[in-house]
Parts: sequence; structure tokens; C-alpha cells
Amino acid sequence: MNATIIQAVNDALHEEMDNDDQTIVFGQDVAESGGVFRATEDLKETFGTERVLDTPLSEIAIVGSAIGLATHGFRPIAEIQFSGFLPPAFDQLVTNASRIRWRTHGELTVPMVVRTPYGAGVRALEHHSESLEAAYGHVPGLKVVIPSTPHDAKGMLISAIRDPDPVLFMEPKHVYRSLREEIPEKAYTEPLGEAAVRQEGDDLTVISWGAMMHNTLEAVENLSINADVIDLRTISPLDRETILDSVKKTGRCVIVHEAAKTGGFGAELMATINDDALMYLEAPISRVTGFDVPVPLLSMEDYYIPHPPRIEKAIEETLAY
Amino acid sequence: MVNRQRSTPAESTDVTVDRLSQAELDVDTYRVVQPDGSHDPEATPDLNDESFRDLYRWMVLQRVFDERATKLQRRGRLGTYPSGRGQEASIIGAGYALADQDWIFPYGRETGALLMHGLSMRDLLLYWRGVEDASRMEGANIFGLAISIGSHIPVVTGKAWGMKLAGEDSVAFANLGDGATSTGAFHEGTNFAGVLGAPAVFFCQNNQYAITLPFDGQTNANTIAQKALAYGIDGIRVDGNDVLAVYNAITEARQRALEGNPVLVEAVTYRRGAHTTSDDPTRYRTEEEVEEWKERDPLDRYQTFLEETGRWAEIDEEAIRKEIEDEFSAAVDAADEFAERGVEEMFAYLYEEMPPELERQQAAFEELLEKRPEMYEYIEQRPKG
Repeated sequence: MNATIIQAVNDALHEEMDNDDQTIVFGQDVAESGGVFRATEDLKETFGTERVLDTPLSEIAIVGSAIGLATHGFRPIAEIQFSGFLPPAFDQLVTNASRIRWRTHGELTVPMVVRTPYGAGVRALEHHSESLEAAYGHVPGLKVVIPSTPHDAKGMLISAIRDPDPVLFMEPKHVYRSLREEIPEKAYTEPLGEAAVRQEGDDLTVISWGAMMHNTLEAVENLSINADVIDLRTISPLDRETILDSVKKTGRCVIVHEAAKTGGFGAELMATINDDALMYLEAPISRVTGFDVPVPLLSMEDYYIPHPPRIEKAIEETLAY
Repeated sequence: MVNRQRSTPAESTDVTVDRLSQAELDVDTYRVVQPDGSHDPEATPDLNDESFRDLYRWMVLQRVFDERATKLQRRGRLGTYPSGRGQEASIIGAGYALADQDWIFPYGRETGALLMHGLSMRDLLLYWRGVEDASRMEGANIFGLAISIGSHIPVVTGKAWGMKLAGEDSVAFANLGDGATSTGAFHEGTNFAGVLGAPAVFFCQNNQYAITLPFDGQTNANTIAQKALAYGIDGIRVDGNDVLAVYNAITEARQRALEGNPVLVEAVTYRRGAHTTSDDPTRYRTEEEVEEWKERDPLDRYQTFLEETGRWAEIDEEAIRKEIEDEFSAAVDAADEFAERGVEEMFAYLYEEMPPELERQQAAFEELLEKRPEMYEYIEQRPKG
């Protein structure tokens, strides 16, 4: 089938709801209306109101009750309508979800997924545009996944639902509907914790994820260079091997992410390269990121987002160093 | 040009608007045995003589365990410990009313209820010694302790939701203190339980203090029980020093919850000891106040009931105490014998499948310890507590 990311997400949910009757989908406005982005469209009609549920406006209760359900043999798939509203439930992710297996030495487990659209660029209101993946990726025990294509959105969401541990599944809403590709009709999985190499080349390594992946690919194409372009796909656990192999080959690296620069996940990638590939570097690692400010309101947000010309400039400087 | 002037009335009008006020709420405190020891035979639960004696024995166990554990902590053989002294009737009355298949979410002081529902005394001691292995709660339907206050409430709702979906004859039972009722998680969890009709019982032991803060600083609400109304669920306020009243209240709440009506139960009691062994309550409350509550001792009150109903003669208090003291000593010995553990335990249980980076961190640390065994010594000699 030819699908957008949002259709791929919807398709994955239909597949897994059908495949495993312990799955339950819930969140704000997900049942009656099929979600504000229609990610959960037709689930209620197909699987009934017991398994597809509209909840109160209550992020702590949504994530907290998902944890309780997961410890009771269910496979909850909760939606937080926008990732900007996830912080109230951060406590549940940190205090409960991430450590229940660990603190009970495996007696209780939390096989749950929290899906949430993240990122700027859709001209939304305040608090709808954050990219806090580095904060979530910092929590031991919590997996953080960010697909960038329809194929990965379906395959990785199915993997996340089947995963025995809690997964935060961040969906790049800026490209929810702007990309299409052929994806298999049936259920398939894409592994969590493995990056994808989108293009191969010897000139330099460019690493990105989510919506910024597409700005990055555009920049590389505009410059007509031979770059390894890595789609990280999973923030935690991190695929160090793919990054290190590539940087050892190219000796140059540019990292692109939408989140603010300071303490962003790019810093972790630089540290990873420093640990194991420092002596292969021929130029300082460069970061193209959002600024250390809140994501601006819609009239200014396009100036915040790392757009292809900014990425191109960083690539050119890194190549010329 | 639009007129943006607003004409404000200079004086208040005579109009009155109906207001909801807690002053109009009539929240009774349910009792079976009055503070003076007299009781209502009609309200006495339908238990056999052995169960009446059992309740007393469990309360003694709670008291002895708290005393011994506190002493153990003072001698550096236990970590920080929160005693349930003064709350024995709340803890035991509730635990006794629950069924084996129910799930208990502890908040820390409910030793007797946890032991009653299958946790071993050794494991409970190990938990307070900071041994994660004890949180397996092997053989017991007991969740890990909610040390982060209120954080468990929405999880309880989810657990109860799961029980409802699975068609089980069980409830999820949350223990919490008065402080927890001020958290957002409490509000969101109880509200959602009401929406779901989940078989959850939220049991608040209002022991009058959240560490140093007295109840009147916690909320302007007169009672915790009345908060249930805002969530459209039922509330019960019960004398938390009356074990039979707590037993009846939780039995009733449990039954209502199984019918799809979650209940918030407030047990009015008093924490006679410190918040934990790290706390000094003389800094924030008077000796008179503590004495006043000592007069309302839950064991004394229950003893009066047993005497008046001719059951006390059957109770050999000395033998009960001795038996519990011995059991505690044996549990300490068993805890002392708990096997030496390796550092791999820190890493082993976080994920079903360990990520490569975590494997590397573990391997590197183990290699370091092997090369530099003096590190063990350094860690062992570090001051504890």
C-alpha cells in the first residue's frame, strides 16, 4: 500500500489490535474522532469501545494507568495528543514505567507504548512543538523511538507494541502527511535500537532523525556530495556501532536535530564519537540544531527549525576544515 | 469607534448566588468501638472468635515489628524505616478485609498488611536494608512501595482497570497518606477510576502529618473523604484507631468497588512516631498532642472491646509477644544470611534484553574491579547512612 506516516501508524495499530487482543488504545479524543491527527481512525469501529477509549484530559492518568494495565498482562498503547503535554506524565515514566522491571527483578514488567506527535513546523499553538527526546532518552529503562518514514513508522511501531519494555514512540508530525511510500500490507517489524543508513558516501557522515532527516537529505542532495546519511531512528538504546563505523570511515561528522542545542542528543553523539573514534576525526564535529530558546510561536517558528541552507553551510565548513 | 469603556457598578448588588460549601456537608466518622471502649453490637462484624483474636495478634505484630525495626535502624543494621506506631488499627483492619487475589499498593507503613498477604518478614527487612531483590514480593500480590508520594495512584487505577477487563473478582488497593491527596497524581488517578468504574479502593490513612506539615496546612478541606464527591465516587470517613470500624469500612468499600464503584476511604488516625527514623517530630509538634493520641491507643481500645465481649480471657498476650519477638529475630538472622551479591545485579534487570552499551558498561566495571580489588575495600569502608 502507498501510505503517509499517519496512515502507516494507523495501519500498524489496526494490525496489532487484530493480532493481539490484549492491546488497548486510549488517550484524549482517540476513539470517537480517531485522534486529532486521525492516527487512531476506525479503531473504535473495528475493535469496540472496551479496547479503544477516550480518556479524561489527564496525562498523568493516561500514562499511569497504562503502567498499571501493562503490569496486569495487557499491552496498552496510550496517546499523548502533543508531546508538549507529556511533561506532567514525565514523573510516571521516570518513577514507575522505566524501573518496575528493575526494582522487582523481573517479577513485574511494563510492556507499554506511549505514542506522541512531536516537533515544530505545523503552525500549531504554543506548547505543541517541542522536541525533548534527549530528556526522555536520559531515563534508564525507557526506550525512545523516532521514525522518519512511513515504512519505519509502521515497522517500528509494531516492534514497540511487541516490545517487552516501555517505549516512548515520538512521531514527527511535521512530515505526518507530506511523505508517501510503498509499505507492505501485512504486519512487519523494523528493529528498535538500530540506525538506518539512508545514503552511503565517503565525504562525511551526517546524522539526524525524525522530521529533520528530510531537511538533511535535501541539504545533501543540494550539495551533490557523497555522504553517509544516518537516520538514528532510536534515541535509546543507541546504535553506537553504525555511527562509529561511519565516522571512522569518513573522519567528518555533522549532526542535525530540531531540539535546543545545549544538552541536546547531539551532545551525546559527539561524546560517543569522542570515546571511540576521536583519532579518526579530520574536522571538529558540527551541530545544526534549534536554538536554546522555547520553540517560537507560529509566525517565527520557521526561523528556529534547522532548514537545509543552515545544514548545507555546516556541511561545507566541515568538509573545508 | 468602539466604546471600550466598561461601566462598573459602584456598589455591590443585593443579588445572592447559591454556593456550594463544605460547611453544609455532613461527614460522619464511622465507629464500631467508641473511644471510651463501648461498642455497638449491631455494627460488630460477623467474625468468629479466632478472627477477633487474630486481629489483636496482628496489631501486636505491627507494634512489635515497628519497635524492633526502629531499634535495628538505630544500631545501623537497617536503612531508614517508617514506623506505623499509632496506626495499627488502620493498617490491620484494612489488610484483614482484603482478599488473597487483591493487589496491594503500599506506601510504607503497612507492615502487618503486607505480611498478612504473603510477604516474608525476611524480605521486608531486606527491603529496608536496600536490597532490591526483596521488591520481587515473591508469592504476594504486592506492588513496590510508593516512595514518591502519590505516584502510584494512577497506576492503581490502571491495575484495577485491568482487573475489570479480565473479569476478575479482585480489587486494586491503594495505601496513601494525607499528603498524597494534595498531588496531581491523586486527583488524576481517582478521577479516572471514577470514569472507568474501576474496582479500586483508595485508602488514605490521615495520620495528621506529612513529615512536618499538619493536616490543616495540607488542604482547606475539612475532610479527605469529602474529596471523593468531586470525582463522583463514594467516600467513607472512619475512625482509624478502631480496628473493627476500619475492617467494616474496607469490606464495604471493597464490595462497592467490585460492583464498579471505586471508593475513597479516609481513616482518621495519628502517627505517634517520627515520619521515619531520619525525622525528629519534637521540632514540629507538642508532647501534649502526642499524649492526647496515646490516650486513644488502638490496641487499648480493641482490648476493651475484647474484654467486654468475653474474648480477652482467651488471649495470652505474653505468649503472642514472645512468638512475634522470636519470629522477628529469626527473620533478622535470615536477612543476615542473604547471599552476597555481585555488581551484575545492578545491570541485569533493567531490560528484558540488555542493550550493547549497558553490556559494555557492566563488563568494563567488572574488569576494573578485578584489576583493582582494593575498590571493594574502599566501598565497604565508606561511611554508611
